[in-house]
Amino acid sequence: MKIDAKGLHYRPMNKIIRDAVAAGEKEFELDNVGGQRYIGTGLNEPVKITINGTPGNDLGAFMNGPKIIVNANAQDGIANTMNAGEIIVHGNVGDIIGYGMRGGKLYIKGDAGYRVGIHMKEYKKQVPVIIAGGTAGDFFGEYMAGGLIILLGMNGKSPIVGDYVGTGMHGGVMYIRGKVDPYHLGKEVNCLELNEEDMKLIGSYLKEYCEHFGFDLNEVMSGKFTKLVPLSHRPYGNLYVY
Amino acid sequence: MESQLPAEFVVNVDHERCRRCKRCVINCSFSAIEFKDKVTPNHRLCVACHRCATFCPESAITITENPLDYKYGYNWSPEIRKNILKQAESGGIILTGMGNPRPYPIYWDHMLIDACQVTNPSIDPLREPMELRTYLGAKPEAIEFEGEHDNISLKTELAPQVKLDIPVVFAAMSYGAISLNAHKALAMAARRMGTLMNTGEGGLHEDLASYTDRIIVQVASGRFGVTSKYLNNSAIVEIKIGQGAKPGIGGHLPGEKVGEDISKTRMIPVGTDALSPAPHHDIYSIEDLSQLIYAIKEATDYKKPVSVKIAAVHNVAAIASGIVRAGADIVMIDGFRGGTGAAPMIIRDHVGIPIELALAAVDDRLRQEGIRNRASILVGGSIRQSADVVKAIALGADACVIGTASLIAMGCRVCQKCYTGNCAWGIATQKPELVRRLNPELAADRLCNLLTAWGHEIQEVLGSLGIIAVESLRGSRERLRGVGLPQETLDILGIKHAGIGQ
Repeated sequence: MKIDAKGLHYRPMNKIIRDAVAAGEKEFELDNVGGQRYIGTGLNEPVKITINGTPGNDLGAFMNGPKIIVNANAQDGIANTMNAGEIIVHGNVGDIIGYGMRGGKLYIKGDAGYRVGIHMKEYKKQVPVIIAGGTAGDFFGEYMAGGLIILLGMNGKSPIVGDYVGTGMHGGVMYIRGKVDPYHLGKEVNCLELNEEDMKLIGSYLKEYCEHFGFDLNEVMSGKFTKLVPLSHRPYGNLYVY
Repeated sequence: MESQLPAEFVVNVDHERCRRCKRCVINCSFSAIEFKDKVTPNHRLCVACHRCATFCPESAITITENPLDYKYGYNWSPEIRKNILKQAESGGIILTGMGNPRPYPIYWDHMLIDACQVTNPSIDPLREPMELRTYLGAKPEAIEFEGEHDNISLKTELAPQVKLDIPVVFAAMSYGAISLNAHKALAMAARRMGTLMNTGEGGLHEDLASYTDRIIVQVASGRFGVTSKYLNNSAIVEIKIGQGAKPGIGGHLPGEKVGEDISKTRMIPVGTDALSPAPHHDIYSIEDLSQLIYAIKEATDYKKPVSVKIAAVHNVAAIASGIVRAGADIVMIDGFRGGTGAAPMIIRDHVGIPIELALAAVDDRLRQEGIRNRASILVGGSIRQSADVVKAIALGADACVIGTASLIAMGCRVCQKCYTGNCAWGIATQKPELVRRLNPELAADRLCNLLTAWGHEIQEVLGSLGIIAVESLRGSRERLRGVGLPQETLDILGIKHAGIGQ
């Protein structure tokens, strides 16, 4: 189904999509998208949505299965509390992406804003993955409870990541391609070297990532990564007295 | 470090009457009673939960406060001294449970209800129908009808409404803070009484799937167990911003309570801390809140009312106005005497404002701004009796929520040790041997009895007020009078002092 989103408010547009999904439509192409919010929000079917233009906030919130391709930049709150599916953004994204994300993949070609992957969590086989090709802002992976975030810093900008990286982190793992100065790190994070298993793990995701955006996998993998893990799964366990 | 803290309670065992059945030993979940040739208490561990005394067949056990007197000091009260000793031994934040026990003023007890005499007679609730029914959800500015005579239908499109047969809803208490059996009892009672229970922020256990039309599901900063299915299998979706017992701070379910079942419901690995940060990190403004409200509405196809729960704080009226303008269908306000499974004592006992004043301020503000119809107001934070419900509705609430009162109905003795996970009554615990002490069927009966009793009492009051529906009482502050309150408080409550007529 093709939808011309020009001048269309998000509410009727998303209603058209929801009704069509319920009627069995499998593929959508949205043209002239200009800031419409909540595209793909709450959808449970494995449909494919191609967005030509810049979608608005909360793209794919509570989403459970669809694949969304954005052929432009995207805004804030992508993949908010997403359970399953895939979002591929051929550009930069705004703040607070992947908040409370519990499954699926979010691949970003360029930079991400502040507060990436806050409170991301995993459950059994559901391991959410965020990969961004450029840099990211402050509070990267704050309160992270599970999942995987990879930041590649391939546009040569510095620093790769902002302050308070992984503050309150108590699960999951982050890989940052490049050096992270200790003053950028939160108090609950441990900085490690990568071993063979780590390289294998990120290699499998990065292969897919590079295929989406046409990057050279060998070049991406040749960079020196830093691995960040939580110091404890119970960072605030000793704070209280009964 | 060896503790210098004296025992809080003394367990007295009458060995003449004791027949050494050891029932007390088995029942004590705080290890305060052992059997060494005879029943031997360890006074220091007793929390006064009354489990042993209740189940002693000979009534041979009494529990008293340790009469050990501290040297008198009005300023340095024994409680303050005990807390200092505790912190000097540990260096920790003092954690506590249930609601604020300190003697702050309780304004409900300074408000009296009107009654009819002679000129407009009261109504007999035994003979006349007395309606307790009410609907939660946004109401339109006006309603239009179409058609003629016997074929009239509503033209105005209504926002989603949820019917309550009694204006009392069970408060948000998460599976994790309380046991699955407690959750089941609340859900069963909600279904039977035509009211609602609230999952709290810990997700919805699969055993409650058949009760979803009677369940408010919560979305908090941790987003535990929140999926599109969870949002759609509900009566109402509630965004939790704050809680009366701990305004401005987050939640923290310790890893040791996250067993297999809780892990499944919250969708986090076994044994990890379930941290709910103080703010939603995607909400820093009313606009951000609006974004989440409409994300939920989009995800539920605009079929569910969305509630926003906040703690009663100084600026509550302006915040509530923002919440209504952000698109919420219900504002839930939780007063500072509200309960909790665990909170730092300093927050529980010193932060927030009383629900009576918050409610009056919010209702006033929404009326002044002409937006009161756009949202229902639910209030909680120590609603202890049906009289409190009546007074809250007269002040402007649509309905009340009860947490602690419902726990007490199920057997809770308010010992305030919920955070230990050792609840001897099977309520605030996840230990299987303790959870099974609470029979969900019996607990549901007790909850239904409580609500039935309150319903009758509310009907009695409505009758004496000369009205036949709880909706006729809403915001009718003229039917309340204050006693022993200063003018400024009366002004905030919007009521006259007793003795002043119309």
